[in-house]
Amino acid sequence: MAQSAVAQPTVTTPDVPAKLPIGAIAPWAVFLGILMLVLLYFVGAEQGATSLVSGEGVHEWVHDARHLLGFPCH
Amino acid sequence: MNSVTVRNLLVRGMLAGLAAGVLALVVAYFLGEPRVDEAIAFEEAHAHEHGGEELVTRAMQSTGGLSTGVLVYGVAFGGIAALAYCFALGRIGRFGPRASALLLAGAGLVAVYLVPFLKYPANPPAVGDPDTLNQRTALFLLMIVLSVLLAVAAVILGKRLAPRLGNWNATLAAGASFVLAVGLAYAFLPSFSEAPEGFPATLLWQYRLATLAIQVTLWTAYGLVFGLLAERVLAPKPARADEEKAAEGRATPVAH
Repeated sequence: MAQSAVAQPTVTTPDVPAKLPIGAIAPWAVFLGILMLVLLYFVGAEQGATSLVSGEGVHEWVHDARHLLGFPCH
Repeated sequence: MNSVTVRNLLVRGMLAGLAAGVLALVVAYFLGEPRVDEAIAFEEAHAHEHGGEELVTRAMQSTGGLSTGVLVYGVAFGGIAALAYCFALGRIGRFGPRASALLLAGAGLVAVYLVPFLKYPANPPAVGDPDTLNQRTALFLLMIVLSVLLAVAAVILGKRLAPRLGNWNATLAAGASFVLAVGLAYAFLPSFSEAPEGFPATLLWQYRLATLAIQVTLWTAYGLVFGLLAERVLAPKPARADEEKAAEGRATPVAH
C-alpha cells in the first residue's frame, strides 16, 4: 500500500501519531517513574511487610484503600 | 520539542489519573466501604483480642484515609501509564491518540490488576493470616511485575509475528502465549486460602467484586480522559493551537 519507506498515513488512519524518541522519554521515565513507584509503595506496602517509617500511622491511615485496592494488608 | 511533549503527556496522565481516582473513590466509598464495615463487624464478633485504642478512627479511615490512598494510587498509575503511553505511541500499530490510550488502559487493567487478582484476590479485613503477610505481599507484587512484563512481551511478540501471520492471527498468537505464560505462573506459584471459618462466602464475593469494580472504573475513566487530553497535546486543532500560541504571547503559530 504505502509506496515510500516513510510511514504514509493511509485514508483509514489519518491521525496515527509519530513515535516519541526513547531518549526523550527516558529521563522522565527514570525520575518520575521512580517517584510514582515510591508513592505506590507507601499506599500499598509501607508498615506492612516492610517498614521505613516506624509506627502504624501510615498503615492505619491508608488501611481501607489498601484493602480495597487489592493489596495484602494484614 | 519531544521532551516537552513527554512532559505534557505526563502531566496530563497524572491529572487523568486524579480524575479517574475521584470516580474510583466514589465506587470504593459506596460499593467497597459497606463490605469493609461488614468484614470488620465479623472480625470484632470473632475477636481474638484485637483491642487497643484506635490510631485512626474508622470514620477517618473510610473517608480521608481512603481518599488519600485511592487518589495517590490514581495519580501514580496515571503517571506510569502516561510514560508507557509515550513508549507505545506509534509503536503498537496504527492507532490514534485516543484508541492508543484506551488500549493501554485496558492492558493496564488486565496486567496490573486482573491477572494478579485472579491468583491473589483482594481480601477484606478478617481474611488473611498476619503470619503470611510478608509472603503474600511479595507474591502479589511479583505477580504484578510478572504480569506486566509478560504483557509487554506479548505485545512485542505480536509485533514480530504480524508481518508473517497478519495482524489478526499475530494478535491471537500473542494473546494465547500471554494466557499460557500466566497459566504457568498460576500453576507454580503458591496459593493462599485464609478466610476464617464461618466468614460469609457472599460477603467475600461481594467484596472482591467491589474491588474489581473500583479498578474497572479507574482504568476505564483513565483511558477515556487521558485519551482526550493526549489527543489535544498530539493533534491540536488549528483554532486551539492558535489560542495556545496567543496565550503564550506569540501572535503567529510556529510550525513544530
